[in-house]
Amino acid sequence: MEILMAVVCGILFMSAVYLMLSKSLLRIIIGTALLSHGAHLLLLSISGLKGGAAPLLGEHAKSYVDPLPQALILTAIVISFGVTAFFLVLAYRTYQELGTDNTDQMRGNEGND
Amino acid sequence: MTNLLILPILIPLFTAIILLFISKYINVQRGISAISTLATIAASLVLIYTINKDGIQSVNLGSWQAPFGITLVSDMLSALLVTTTSIITLVVLLYSFKAIGTDRERFYYYPVVQFLLVGVNGGFTTGDIFNLFVFFEVMLMSSYVLIVLGGTKAQLREGIKYILVNVISSALFVIAVAYLYSVVGTLNMADISVKISEENQPVILTSIAVLFLIVFGLKGGIFPLYFWLPGSYYAPPTPILALFGALLTKVGIYSIMRTYTLFFYHDTGYTHMILAVLAIMTIIFGCIGAVAYWDVKKIIIYNIIIAVGVILFGVSTMNPDALEGSVYYLIHDMIIKAALFLLIGVMIAITGTTDLKKMGGLIKEYPWLGWTFLVAVFSLAGIPPLSGFIGKLLIVRGSFEAEDYLGAGLILLSSLMVLYSVIKIFLNGIWGTPKDYKLVSKGHARYLWMTSALLVVLAVFYGFGAEALRPLFSQAAEVLVDPNIYIDAVLKE
Repeated sequence: MEILMAVVCGILFMSAVYLMLSKSLLRIIIGTALLSHGAHLLLLSISGLKGGAAPLLGEHAKSYVDPLPQALILTAIVISFGVTAFFLVLAYRTYQELGTDNTDQMRGNEGND
Repeated sequence: MTNLLILPILIPLFTAIILLFISKYINVQRGISAISTLATIAASLVLIYTINKDGIQSVNLGSWQAPFGITLVSDMLSALLVTTTSIITLVVLLYSFKAIGTDRERFYYYPVVQFLLVGVNGGFTTGDIFNLFVFFEVMLMSSYVLIVLGGTKAQLREGIKYILVNVISSALFVIAVAYLYSVVGTLNMADISVKISEENQPVILTSIAVLFLIVFGLKGGIFPLYFWLPGSYYAPPTPILALFGALLTKVGIYSIMRTYTLFFYHDTGYTHMILAVLAIMTIIFGCIGAVAYWDVKKIIIYNIIIAVGVILFGVSTMNPDALEGSVYYLIHDMIIKAALFLLIGVMIAITGTTDLKKMGGLIKEYPWLGWTFLVAVFSLAGIPPLSGFIGKLLIVRGSFEAEDYLGAGLILLSSLMVLYSVIKIFLNGIWGTPKDYKLVSKGHARYLWMTSALLVVLAVFYGFGAEALRPLFSQAAEVLVDPNIYIDAVLKE
């Protein structure tokens, strides 16, 4: 199961890098979203999957899963959700202001070199 | 007063929340943010006093015992940095009253600055590696807002790049924490250090160390990861630029200092070698940039990068003297960079340009500005007895002891380059043929100058009072040299 997850993480990172290397702003943002998904999945799988019962005292199980990565991933998801939302709004505003979503045309500080 | 160290995080947090509701009353906002930042400074000064008296302070949030819950730890290094941060924020706020413009003030400038203060102070104070990530994000979120606040074309364009770089580095941060957790099984920084030394730093930790270096290097702006910095910092107006230049990169540097002295100190042959080489490259490329440009903002921005290199070189030698020098230089650099950015902000406000070739002769109309700038320049370049000298002296002495003559020589050489690059501003902008500037009234320029002069005065006192402050710095460096002090303070209550 962990190996499968590792492969899925790899695929997510791969697609993220591919998307972020393109020139369209929207694709780049989707790339960052995929990148954080990959990171979260990695975070979830680090302590092993399906290793035991839910970490509640009443379960009386032999072993429990580690609840900490799940707490971390929750925090990280919220943060990346916020950042992605902000990024999308900013991209739209930039498109309105600059009239382009092509990163090639967003270069440099004109007149300051 | 065990909860004392939360105050520098809580005060700005509550202030920010209150300010969000009164965004239309600019004068009230100004008053509240100035008073609350003063309160933050007071709290952090008391914190320094307490640490000096009773040793490292720590708080287990929610009363969860140390390795399990989130711990806030304040040693001398954190407390000094928190104090400096709060002081700089106060001065920048005073400067902003007249420099930032009512449009930005009405659109949540003051609350966002307070949120930035929450993030920076929290990053300096936390004793939990994942919590560090959270505070990084608080700081970054505020910086995203600040960098695009105002919505000019350059700000939006550079804001996009800034956010993209930081989103990637945040994802890497999560990955690095995940790897570290899977190896040591804990997130408490003191406990991580214990677990790593118990297992004698397995090889995988070296790659994790390098991953952390990439993450923090992206925020701190070390070679070759500083590529985003000159462009992004160039876009926002002066007060925001001063906050960014003085505070944001320093959190990255602090994190490198912390992780490299607390976690990865067992096998320094590889990781600290990389750090040393990168630090030297950072100094060299920073110098090239600083000397090459004729734009005042760009020159000072490249000077940030040089300072990053100098501080990290001190860290990489892992020598008590050099570490103490790094701590001293870190705080010196925060103060003097903020002062310089604010001073060139005055020059830009008067002349209406950032191009040195279009400036000149400011000394005739504004002599006080010129001489303050000269003092700041000397302090930056490290002319004795000003503050830059003492930090560099300690770093160079430490690297001589560690027999790293090349690095020490380059640091000394870089001082000359720094001096050349900023004296260029003085010669062309402040001396030279006077030009006719009618952009601002004298009173306005004098107000801006007075607030920035506060920081220059502070820097001068910091240099002259180095002997008196020395015990504090030795105390800060002691913890970096011997991690057991930190561990004992956190885990054995």
